[in-house]
Amino acid sequence: MMALPYITEHTGFTGTVYATEPTVQIGRLLMEELVNFIERVPKAQSASLWKNKDTQRLLPSPLKDAVEVSTWRRCYTMQEVNSALSKIQLVGYSQKIELFGAVQVTPLSSGYALGSSNWIIQSHYEKVSYVSGSSLLTTHPQPMDQASLKNSDVLILTGLTQIPTANPDGMVGEFCSNLALTVRNGGNVLVPCYPSGVIYDLLECLYQYIDSAGLSSIPFYFISPVANSSLEFSQIFAEWLCHNKQTKVYLPEPPFPHAELIQTNKLKHYPSIHGDFSNDFRQPCVVFTGHPSLRFGDVVHFMELWGKSSLNTVIFTEPDFSYLEALAPYQPLAMKCIYCPIDTRLNFIQVSKLLKEVQPLHVVCPEQYTQPPPAQSHRVDLMIDCQPPAMSYRRAEVLALPFRRRYEKIEIMPELADSLVPMEIKPGISLATVSAVLHTKDNKHVLQPPPRPAQPTGGKKRKRPSDDIPDCKVLKPLLSGSIPVEQFVQTLEKHGFSDIKVEDTAKGHIVLLQEAETLIQIEEDSTHIICDNDEVLRVRLRDLVLKFLQKF
Amino acid sequence: MDPECSRLLPALCAVLVDPRQPVADDTCLEKLLDWFKTVTEAGPSLLLLQENPCLVELLFRVLKAHDPRPRVLSFSLRLAGLFAAQEDCFQYLQGDSSLFVASAAGQLLVHILALAMRGPAEGHPSPQGCDWPACAQKIVCHVEDSLRSTATLQVTQALNVLTTTFGHCHSPWTQGLWVRLSPLVACLLEKDPIPASHSLVDLLLSVARSPVGSSDCGLWETLAQTLSHLSPTQAGPLALGILKLQDCPQALKTQAFGVLLQPLACVLKAAAQAPGPPGFPEGATGDSITVDTFLSSKSACVGLLCQALAHLELLQLLPQRPSPWPQAPLLRAAVAILRFCHGSAAPTSDVGGHLCAVLAGCVRVQRAALDFLGTLSQGTGPQELVTQVFAVLLEYLTSPDSSPMVLKKAFQATLRWLLGSPKAPSCCDLDPHTQLFLGELLPVLRKRLCSPCWEARDSGLEFLTQVTRHWGGQAAFRHALLASEVPELTGQLLRDPESYVRASAVTATGQLSSWGLYATPTGPEHPEVQQESLFTELLHILSTDSEGFPRRAVMHVFTQWLKDGHADVAEDLEQFVARVLQAASQDLDWEVRAQGLELALVFLEQLLGQPGSRCPYAVALPEAAPPATLAQVLQALCRVQLFEFALRALFDCDRPVAQKSCDLLLFLKAKATPCGGPQEAGASPDVVSVEAALQRWQAGEQGQPLGELEPEAVMAVLRSMDLEGLRGMLAKSSDHMEKSPQSLLQDMLATVGVLGENEADCY
Repeated sequence: MMALPYITEHTGFTGTVYATEPTVQIGRLLMEELVNFIERVPKAQSASLWKNKDTQRLLPSPLKDAVEVSTWRRCYTMQEVNSALSKIQLVGYSQKIELFGAVQVTPLSSGYALGSSNWIIQSHYEKVSYVSGSSLLTTHPQPMDQASLKNSDVLILTGLTQIPTANPDGMVGEFCSNLALTVRNGGNVLVPCYPSGVIYDLLECLYQYIDSAGLSSIPFYFISPVANSSLEFSQIFAEWLCHNKQTKVYLPEPPFPHAELIQTNKLKHYPSIHGDFSNDFRQPCVVFTGHPSLRFGDVVHFMELWGKSSLNTVIFTEPDFSYLEALAPYQPLAMKCIYCPIDTRLNFIQVSKLLKEVQPLHVVCPEQYTQPPPAQSHRVDLMIDCQPPAMSYRRAEVLALPFRRRYEKIEIMPELADSLVPMEIKPGISLATVSAVLHTKDNKHVLQPPPRPAQPTGGKKRKRPSDDIPDCKVLKPLLSGSIPVEQFVQTLEKHGFSDIKVEDTAKGHIVLLQEAETLIQIEEDSTHIICDNDEVLRVRLRDLVLKFLQKF
Repeated sequence: MDPECSRLLPALCAVLVDPRQPVADDTCLEKLLDWFKTVTEAGPSLLLLQENPCLVELLFRVLKAHDPRPRVLSFSLRLAGLFAAQEDCFQYLQGDSSLFVASAAGQLLVHILALAMRGPAEGHPSPQGCDWPACAQKIVCHVEDSLRSTATLQVTQALNVLTTTFGHCHSPWTQGLWVRLSPLVACLLEKDPIPASHSLVDLLLSVARSPVGSSDCGLWETLAQTLSHLSPTQAGPLALGILKLQDCPQALKTQAFGVLLQPLACVLKAAAQAPGPPGFPEGATGDSITVDTFLSSKSACVGLLCQALAHLELLQLLPQRPSPWPQAPLLRAAVAILRFCHGSAAPTSDVGGHLCAVLAGCVRVQRAALDFLGTLSQGTGPQELVTQVFAVLLEYLTSPDSSPMVLKKAFQATLRWLLGSPKAPSCCDLDPHTQLFLGELLPVLRKRLCSPCWEARDSGLEFLTQVTRHWGGQAAFRHALLASEVPELTGQLLRDPESYVRASAVTATGQLSSWGLYATPTGPEHPEVQQESLFTELLHILSTDSEGFPRRAVMHVFTQWLKDGHADVAEDLEQFVARVLQAASQDLDWEVRAQGLELALVFLEQLLGQPGSRCPYAVALPEAAPPATLAQVLQALCRVQLFEFALRALFDCDRPVAQKSCDLLLFLKAKATPCGGPQEAGASPDVVSVEAALQRWQAGEQGQPLGELEPEAVMAVLRSMDLEGLRGMLAKSSDHMEKSPQSLLQDMLATVGVLGENEADCY
């Protein structure tokens, strides 16, 4: 989502973007915060010469190791954000979206965040599921819709947890314990975070925890240009919430308890550290603020303010950044650093359960998921284990998905269907011939009744365009059945043919009429009568053959 | 049998044989059987049958029925068995699909066989059985046929019958029976898979425990053969059983021990980075079958490991455990398993990699391994191994991924290892390694006490209580604890939202306070407010907490404080007892009231001068003048309103409270009477009012206070009360009325009586 403006605004993109409403709203907040953070500290000039490969090579690490620096772009503007968002068409869970009639696309709840989706892309006979960041844990969003992923030909699996060894429950516990211990000793806690997502769960957890830990007098500050909108938006997306929270909407009670934290003045939110915040600021306290990379945003001020005291603690909860790299420019640092990455996306145990449940014919996933993490090569439990083995892909690789399209569905118009006269050729199997016009538009195929045979039209009438359709030829009946050779020979004899010889071939029989110098080749799906320019004989023989076959 | 029951019995028998009638549930039939058992034990069964022909009729009709209901059939067979024990003569039945019926039939067979063999064949009958009674012959042939059967169910039943036989019958003829049947049993071992392996193991162990075992008869060879034929999981219970046997050949024991050790040997081998120190004794080298089981599936691997750990844990506690006990390799194996489960092992072998994947995060194995590791603390180990043990325990205590149950087990194992650790040789203080470990442990404990998961806080507190109980006097421990902030946090948890945690915090602060390790907390919320003493705080919990557990915990702490002569208590003993009893008397939880009586009893014992007691009162009382002392004591009891509390409890609606109170008053009466004491006060107005109040209490009007009491009046009341009689009445269980056979028969008839009424309605 954060890269959307780069695609829609810089690549000549002319299409439609589909997204759920919370994705759009929360995505807008995240982008707005980012733009705000960046624009707050405008750069007078920007350096680009270092991006020259020959120069870059000489730079110290990690600069020299940076990949594809020439493709790095400036951050987009709010205008570009708005323009990108204007191209989005809103969709709801389980809504079926037709794409040119070729495929149907459906978003499903992925359980990871408000409005986050997995997608089903299906035609009438094929189904591909695209699983992105999903969660099976009970947090605030609607639970993951697993049932709809069943019967997939291919399941594309992406967005698994970045920290497979860290169990979110344990990490939340660590978070709370460390927070309590720091505050109890008079220290401050800094939580670098995004303004939406895990923060809702953390606030909920703290809501239950602070009283038991005797922390009810400690202020919690949430500082972000979009703090207010984030806290309020989350409360109004009732239909996208988990069942528990949905029911609260009808009580009426705010679904998230952070409303109560705000009411009781335990949680206060500010757009930035300037203004009201500086008047209200009290220590010891807990501050949630961005950006989790520690490179910009209000978090920078707090790092500088609190970094020198060992009483304070910075707790990293977002899994997107290496906390050591984030901290590097601030070293040496006296404050305690705790790493509790909370990533609720699927881990490998959950994936294996999911695959057992959903049973796709093929799994396609990034290469990294098919081997243990490089740092823990013995942890064979930290990889996808499925049968048949998952098909892996690398960045920018083009994959041929392991299935072929074999069938298309064709609709038949009711009046045409009415005219059909099926004939039962075997018990339970009826056939009918159809003469129709196949009408194909937008990848949809419809059989329409053929035009009436051309009738002499009154000279005065103008020809209508539909009359241009070529006339159908008179239909020959279709044949079915098989020819029993012995009976056929008897029949031939009865009709005066003698000197008949039958030869068996690999595909059937050849009936030789030696006298007439004629050959009848009888095979499973064809019969040939080969005679020398004697049309009368051929027609006679053909009629005898036809006696054994059914016509319809 | 009393006449009333005799009168009800025919109706009940009629109900039981009537297929249209709903049969009472199994429990009723079980109770009925229990009653018949007492009746048959009390008198001759024959007479019983003659007096109650309905019983014979019942047995006859049930056994003849084409499609008897399993419950009734089972009941009838067992009833028949009861009579058969004295009379003999019943036919047998076996092979019913119902487990109950098959089991009952099997037991009946065993009884009949034992009966048949009792008379003529006593002594040493030939194994061929030509001199056995016909009835016994028939049974044994039936068992032989079943053993040869290809249907596992039949084999199982035959094996079960034999297991019961060898378990109950210890006469010499069983030896002949074994000689005759053992070849057939051995044949079962040749089959693949071995049928009814579970029952086979039971049978072999039953034979080995019986006199047959002591006379060899090739039994040991069969056992050895079975051990090697069964799969590792099936062989585990047999191996444990063999190791429990009193006398059996050493070679067999070694083999059995090898079976139990194999899974752990396998783990050790898989975990080894390089050839390590010598591992398990020969015979336990992690053979390929065990490895195959490990690799076959996750559940097989987990099942086998958990079983092996549980068996070895049991074995270690037994006096006949194998010697030498491979303590060091077992420790290494337990540590390795825990590391596999934690994902911190880095094996190089394939099996190791597989174990890693299977065991990572497996709570079941973690629990079993931690329990086992805890038991191993009874032995010692090389220091470097003990260091590893503490390291892995610390890993588990620290890890945010440890589930609450695993964390609890880790705390328990840590406690056992800590308490088992050696004292420093020079002084009686903790050794340097333990001190070092404590330094790392206490910050972890501190963090656990702040955990948002209440189970974690709770097990942390339990651990703290236990370790303080043992080490409260150790200077190094006291020093580390006081520097750790743990006592303050513990105090904070007295106000925890979770009642279990509050209860544990009460116990922990009580324990800390006993050792002078508790400083009243000054929370971050109100640092300026001077907190009250712990006693006041606990008393507050006792009077206001809405949950029972914390209040019960407070009562236990107070009782302990009183016993120990805690400083807060000794300051003003009477005041202490009075306030506690007052709070406890109003409690709705009977356990709190009962514990109040316990505390009162301790107080009483201290006052009345238990020998060796160090109660300040006992020292203060001049021992030379018992009557005067007694008067003083009674005065004191009146001042703390102990009598009112005890007398009220005497009519408590909860029987245990009343019983305890009765015991207490009897104790007081016994103590007071021999000394003479104050003279009888006659019918003074005091006594009258007391007795009147007691009568009201007995009638359920507990609201009335007793008012000021005079010791003389109390003693007079005690003397006039029939406390012994009351105790006898209270000793009978509250349902003694409902438990009578008559009531049982009436109940059963009442439940089926509905049918009759419905029929009447149809008219």
